[in-house]
Amino acid sequence: MVGGQLLSGRAGVGVSAAQLESSALRHPGPLTRIALVGNPNSGKSSLFNQLTGLNQKVGNFPGVTVDRKTGISQLTPHHRAEIIDLPGTYSLYPKSLDEKVITDLFYDQSSPQYPDFVVVTADASNLRRNLLLFSQLADMGLPAVLALNMMDVAEQHGVKIDVSALQEELGVPIIPMNARKGVGITALKIVMAQTLDAPATRFYVPDEELLPMIRQIRYYFNLHNDYLALHYAHQYRHIGFLSSDDRAYIQELTEKYGFEPTARQAQETIDRYARINEILLNCVSVTRTEKNEPYSNRLDRVLTHKVWGYLIFLAVLFLLFQAVFELASYPMELIDSGVAWINGTIQEHFNGPLIDLLTEGILAGLGGVLIFIPQIALLFAFIAVLEETGYMARVTFMMDRIMRKFGLNGKSVVPLISGMACAVPAIMSARTIENRKDRLITIFVTPLMSCSARIPVYTVLIGLVVPDQTVLGIFNLRGVALMGLYLLGFVSAVGSAWAMKLLMRTKDRSYFIMEFPVYRWPRWKNVGITIVEKVKAFVFQAGKVIMAISVILWVLASYGPGSAMEQAETQARAEATAQSLPPAEVESRVASEKLESSYAGHFGHFIEPAIRPLGFDWKIGISLLTSFAAREVFVGTISTIYSVGQDATELTVQQKLAAEKDDSGQPFFTPARAFSLLVFYVFAMQCMSTLAATYRETKGWKWPLLQMFYMTGLAYVSSLLVYQLLK
Amino acid sequence: MFEVSLNKPPVSKRSSLAPSPTTPRSVKDLQLGESGTICCLKDPEMALKLLEMGCIPGTQVRLNSRAPLGCPITVVVGDMADYTLSLRVSEAATILLK
Repeated sequence: MVGGQLLSGRAGVGVSAAQLESSALRHPGPLTRIALVGNPNSGKSSLFNQLTGLNQKVGNFPGVTVDRKTGISQLTPHHRAEIIDLPGTYSLYPKSLDEKVITDLFYDQSSPQYPDFVVVTADASNLRRNLLLFSQLADMGLPAVLALNMMDVAEQHGVKIDVSALQEELGVPIIPMNARKGVGITALKIVMAQTLDAPATRFYVPDEELLPMIRQIRYYFNLHNDYLALHYAHQYRHIGFLSSDDRAYIQELTEKYGFEPTARQAQETIDRYARINEILLNCVSVTRTEKNEPYSNRLDRVLTHKVWGYLIFLAVLFLLFQAVFELASYPMELIDSGVAWINGTIQEHFNGPLIDLLTEGILAGLGGVLIFIPQIALLFAFIAVLEETGYMARVTFMMDRIMRKFGLNGKSVVPLISGMACAVPAIMSARTIENRKDRLITIFVTPLMSCSARIPVYTVLIGLVVPDQTVLGIFNLRGVALMGLYLLGFVSAVGSAWAMKLLMRTKDRSYFIMEFPVYRWPRWKNVGITIVEKVKAFVFQAGKVIMAISVILWVLASYGPGSAMEQAETQARAEATAQSLPPAEVESRVASEKLESSYAGHFGHFIEPAIRPLGFDWKIGISLLTSFAAREVFVGTISTIYSVGQDATELTVQQKLAAEKDDSGQPFFTPARAFSLLVFYVFAMQCMSTLAATYRETKGWKWPLLQMFYMTGLAYVSSLLVYQLLK
Repeated sequence: MFEVSLNKPPVSKRSSLAPSPTTPRSVKDLQLGESGTICCLKDPEMALKLLEMGCIPGTQVRLNSRAPLGCPITVVVGDMADYTLSLRVSEAATILLK
């Protein structure tokens, strides 16, 4: 469950259509539908934030916006607009799944989602390439406004734009602006509130020979212009709303007229650039500043250096783990002891089954949720900064050659690294990989990367069996163990990818080409927003699952079938009296016997034979099963099960586990058991949301099922080996 | 083989069996810091992507850097040093120079 909620934290920034409609009813007035399009890195997401006030991540990495996001913008006191934020793209001919979202929107004029007009963002410092997309949109006959963004950068580069001349040439309103700083937003809003006509200027006229085919398509589908009809001829195989008859009709036409899509598309792009060059010649002047080498280049010489580049990357990763483990431990201890103190105080003063439910069920579960906020916040802070600064693109650059050997792609590094936070958004971010095979492999292996939901399990078990020592003077041994687990996940992901590369056959080609962004200072506001969003999503959504399961487990552990519990208590007391045990031990024995005869105990006993070879008992069995909802539930389950088994609620989970004895009175959690369990958690597919995400991204059950059986099988075999070897 | 260029007819198809007399230089062959002018793009599928990214015949490209393992590379596209692209050596090899 958890991943899904974390995801909706990321994707749920926008407002759903239903919400939009209901708010439109409350505030009557025109609601214009405006689509926001532009090249990657043209500041589109910053503009979306400025317009709607809804916060959304602004990344430096091409293609960070995958989902279509919408928000409401108050243009004037009486005029509101629905803004649709579309993925960054270079043209209207989609090359990847996320770019296809755009054509899906613009091809279907009869759709209720069809925009009234588009706002095209263009990077003023790089106008030529940015105008390509604009010219295609204008030829589609869509009313458009050009938001000429990054005017400050253009000025630094010595680019001077005659805005009024450009406006004359393009035939649409142009607003010079700087979206990062909010300059020009008011002017843009005023223009957006006007009724705009479709631009009359055409930038590209399809070849005469194509007209018979274009016209037939145009009249058959009742389209409003030739260029759109031409796009139907290019894209009919990928247009979702066309029936198979429609497609057959277009196919027949393209064959009849000998239409060559690739050659035509290439020529169109060349023609457009030629036209754009003419326009720019009249409107843009560049004074070549005798510039120093760009600072980005100088930085790159170190950050992508043969030796330093990888060392720095490794150091960044190491810093990340030490921060998540060490730095986070201080606030975590505070939260831990705070919850324990509240529980202890309540139990001191009150008594009864409801109080037990509150302290042992609800508060214990709540503590299990709150404790991980520091780690999640730190991890997402790191990832956000890496994306914001443009360093992520360098990581891709340095890793491509290596990743390719394993059937992955330089772009796979982003999903894999994001997978260390949560596999669900990570799997979705794999959409930026155009090649289908690379993308499937990336999706398949991403859940093997250790996600943040595993941190709780790792933390508790490492703390239990790895001494809190310093090695080599600076490294915390527990931190080293944690990094080892992450590496194990990484190695298994890469190894599995390599195996899949050999097994899968495909004709698709693998592309890499992408824009290389310049380094930028991260916008701390964006980093902050990311952290808050992720933590909120975790607490309110993942937290709900953890809380619910905590309470259900408390019930399962507190009640048993028929009078089994009473019988167990009577029997335990009789035995204890016969052995004349001290009162504290009597109570502990009673609680433990009661748990074993509860519903939960029955459940755990039922699966025990299957997991005994791994070193697990029925208590761990219960936890493994509840973990299939979400991994971090393990800790909540364990704490509920053991706090029910003992009276000392104020002990931390770790101490509870450490105090657990096996049949012969030795500590139950030996290193063999703990490591076997750790390895199980590294590999096992224990997240329903990840499976759901894989299902959605691969459009079928084949991949999620394969993923589940492969990972869980791998987990079982590895745990078996670890336990039998270390025992 | 398939070529697109401003000066030639839009599409010219040649038999891939006929080897060209001299192997034309491509972006792959540039030295670090060296510039060249794009003549044509020889891979049709890749050409579509490259064209959209601004690698139009007649445009200047400069080899800016190589990844530590030699691939991918970054190239600066445009005579005014407009922007940087990163691409694989195999992709760069499809961009032929004048």
